[in-house]
Amino acid sequence: MSTDTSERLFGASVNRREDARFLTGRGLYTDDVKMHGTTHAVFVRSPHAHARVRSIDAAAARAHAGVRAVFTGQDLATGGVQPLPVAWLLPNLKIGERRALVTDVVRYAGEAVAVVIADTLQAADDAAELVNVDYEVLPAVVDAERAIGGAVAVHPGAPDNVAFEWTIGDAEATNAAFAKADRVVKQRLLNRRLIANAIEPRATHASYSPASDEYTVYVTSQNPHVHRLLMAAFVLGIPEHKLRVIAPDVGGAFGSKIFVYPEEVVAAWASKAIGRPVKWTAERRESFLTDMHGRDHVTDAEIALDADGRILGLRVDTIANLGAHVSLFGPSVPTYLYATLLSGQYTIGAIHCRVRGVHTHTTPVDAYRGAGRPEACFVVERMVDLAAKELGIDPVEIRRRNFIAPDQFPYQTPVALTYDSGNYPVAMQRALEMAGYDALRTEQAEARRQGRYMGIGISSYIEACGLAPSQVAGALGAQAGLWESATVRVHPTGKVTVFTGSHSHGQGHETTFAQVAADALGIAMDDVEVVHGDTGRVPFGMGSYGSRSGAVGGSAIHMSIEKLKEKGKRLAAHLLEAAPEDMEFEGGKFFVRGSPDRTKGFAEIALAAYLAHSMPAGMEPGLDATSFYDPSNFTYPFGTHIAVVDIDGDTGKPTLRRYIAVDDVGNVINPKIVDGQLHGGIVQGIAQALWECAIYDDQGQLLTGSLMEYGVPKADQLPSFETDRTVTPSPVNPLGVKGAGEAGSIAAPAAVANAVIDALAPFGVRHLDMPLTPATIWQAMQGAPGR
Amino acid sequence: MTNINVTVNGSQYQHEVEPRVLLVQYLREVLELTGTHVGCDTSQCGACTVLVDGVAVKSCTMFAAQADGAEILTIEGLAPAGELHPLQEAFRDAHGLQCGFCTPGMVMAAYDLLQHNEAPAPHEIREALEGNLCRCTGYHNIVRAVSDAARRMTDARSAVNAPGAPSASGGAAPRAVANRGG
Repeated sequence: MSTDTSERLFGASVNRREDARFLTGRGLYTDDVKMHGTTHAVFVRSPHAHARVRSIDAAAARAHAGVRAVFTGQDLATGGVQPLPVAWLLPNLKIGERRALVTDVVRYAGEAVAVVIADTLQAADDAAELVNVDYEVLPAVVDAERAIGGAVAVHPGAPDNVAFEWTIGDAEATNAAFAKADRVVKQRLLNRRLIANAIEPRATHASYSPASDEYTVYVTSQNPHVHRLLMAAFVLGIPEHKLRVIAPDVGGAFGSKIFVYPEEVVAAWASKAIGRPVKWTAERRESFLTDMHGRDHVTDAEIALDADGRILGLRVDTIANLGAHVSLFGPSVPTYLYATLLSGQYTIGAIHCRVRGVHTHTTPVDAYRGAGRPEACFVVERMVDLAAKELGIDPVEIRRRNFIAPDQFPYQTPVALTYDSGNYPVAMQRALEMAGYDALRTEQAEARRQGRYMGIGISSYIEACGLAPSQVAGALGAQAGLWESATVRVHPTGKVTVFTGSHSHGQGHETTFAQVAADALGIAMDDVEVVHGDTGRVPFGMGSYGSRSGAVGGSAIHMSIEKLKEKGKRLAAHLLEAAPEDMEFEGGKFFVRGSPDRTKGFAEIALAAYLAHSMPAGMEPGLDATSFYDPSNFTYPFGTHIAVVDIDGDTGKPTLRRYIAVDDVGNVINPKIVDGQLHGGIVQGIAQALWECAIYDDQGQLLTGSLMEYGVPKADQLPSFETDRTVTPSPVNPLGVKGAGEAGSIAAPAAVANAVIDALAPFGVRHLDMPLTPATIWQAMQGAPGR
Repeated sequence: MTNINVTVNGSQYQHEVEPRVLLVQYLREVLELTGTHVGCDTSQCGACTVLVDGVAVKSCTMFAAQADGAEILTIEGLAPAGELHPLQEAFRDAHGLQCGFCTPGMVMAAYDLLQHNEAPAPHEIREALEGNLCRCTGYHNIVRAVSDAARRMTDARSAVNAPGAPSASGGAAPRAVANRGG
């Protein structure tokens, strides 16, 4: 292979190898799995948000033709099934009991109370209708702010409904910053509840083999090894090595498939109980009701500035609606993944943030694409825009005055993080050039003279990817390590299999990790296979979330390859009768430095390692390596996004005319894939700004419970995007990569909201809460003074 | 039970089906053509889109019994095994898919569009695909893929129709349904 960097596989926009199977309908998703004797599960779910289950009469359902079993929460509890765990423990966190099937009190509409298992889906569906549950309906509390100290408690262990109160930052220093400020700007900001809506609904197929006493569970998971550990050790009480979890092709996840859900627990347990494989696939209405939700913050923010627009302090008080239960990683999202990002791209003298996590009778809330970071970015970027408005400074100029300078890295923020690298002014400048910012402002002024309303919104975001290191996270309450593992196995013919603990549910790891390995080994991509998603094949793994796969999973692959190269060098030196320290490896060849004719090819060394006919003293045969990479820090992607919107003066309908994104995700393994990740994230962020919002009524009924009411964006609502990149490699990991999966969803809500609010400046609009629907905008326009 | 005769991807089938079985359930469960996916139960996501007598249909909106006598094309039949239709090639080259779950329906809907409109403008592509939800791509690369596919299919037709061109297929016609856009 040429060493010319322009021909490197690392950095090349190669086509994805997984696409051929997806494009021809030959992927294998969980719902495609069918075994001999597979039965079908249908869950009986509470129609009430808060109710006591007095009794369950399942006699008619059990008698229905084709029904194998009906199980209730009591059956599972008697069978030894434990409550679902929580994996991030904050100090004084109050955790109520959450069972796969409710035994006493239902705490959100859709929570499962029983399961019907039958030979066909139709029979299970029919029989589920026959299960008679006697509910004592209880009053529900839905609004998080009103839930605090209210009359209705969701869990007896948290009578005021506050599961935790948590703070970060220096309160005294922040008070001092506000005391000396020339200007203080305050605003209440809502970050409404979202539902991930991966197009593939959650599903599971569980089977039990009495011969081997082993369970095999296919499940729509982002992290099959985490699923295995939690299900085996904490919930089912079975030995971890007797449970195989397979997350095959997974049709999108966005955080919602991180968690251990009741359905896979029930299916696994029931597969042994009835001696048949059990399959369950969510209907979309079940996805809306029971996939963990995201966001849902009410935040009071204050920003303190001097007369020149320099940010002196930021004070933030957030109520995070946790829903009915503390979800698996629910406590970490509105705390460590949120408030630690409140410095944004700026030098802020002092920051203080208080977060209260509050229970309500709604679906539990956990990670959704961005997970805390979009909420932080929205607070920072809205407050900076509000401050600019108040001080009469252009939103570009106020950002410029406050950016962390390129020579200040590594940069210690007032909220615990140390940013690894960045060059914020350059990324913003590039975005401004692409947008033609000055011309847009001229156009805007002219439009306003003509009574038309256009707005320009800017969002300069910071992300933290690849949560790390494990030791620090552990000290902060994480009940998991945050490393990633990779085994790189060289076969005797020199072909390579990479076993990664990361999981792809659309990100294209089979391609990008093959690029990383082939590039490092100087072999063809076709000679590298990437295996993921199966605890029976991959030794260890933490899965994919938090934009970690490239930075953490890719680095683990790199580490294993370095070990292979070292062993290969020693073996080649032995065979070439050279000193190991004189060996080089490049372009797929081991050679003696200064004597390029004395070489051994990669495949030759692989064969020699397995033949083991002539090995250096003490060297074991074989050529494979396993590594655990535990990063020393997060990586910190950044960039500036600019949105341009037009508002229809008669209807209030906003049209997103242009969207410009300049992102810096460090080194890029595959630009085509990174662009795709950005596009998808941007659209989820735009959708939060304009359309998406989960709404409950006062009784805890989800009013946005289908794709009719909940605004998942469609192709005709969106423009194409104008994107570019700057490249500031991360010094944290050996690949220099950062992360790209969530950047768009972090940056976009503020960019679009800032644009809409900018467009409405002629109406005296100072702030509006998302989603910025035509109705919201129209009402704001009607409420304007002088109209 | 109802007796139905259907032609799917060029092969004929006869089955007894329950009247309430949806066409998508028949394709997935009975014929085991699992390339056609179910993403919702309310005919909004379009993941189950197939061609019924040459027209794109969300196969969750039809009972299998209603397909009696119909000729059906699913994603598995768009190109011969081991090959890609130019539309599939264009999706791959433009990175018009990520998780792949909406992809079969998206491709079939796009195929329907290109039968009626050989050179759709980007806004026409977006309007034609508004019944197919994709949560991964943001649609940007899907629009590029369909534009590019239209060019490829036009080029393939020109090559076939050119004087002296070999009579072999230009690669744009699927096995089961004649390409009416040519």
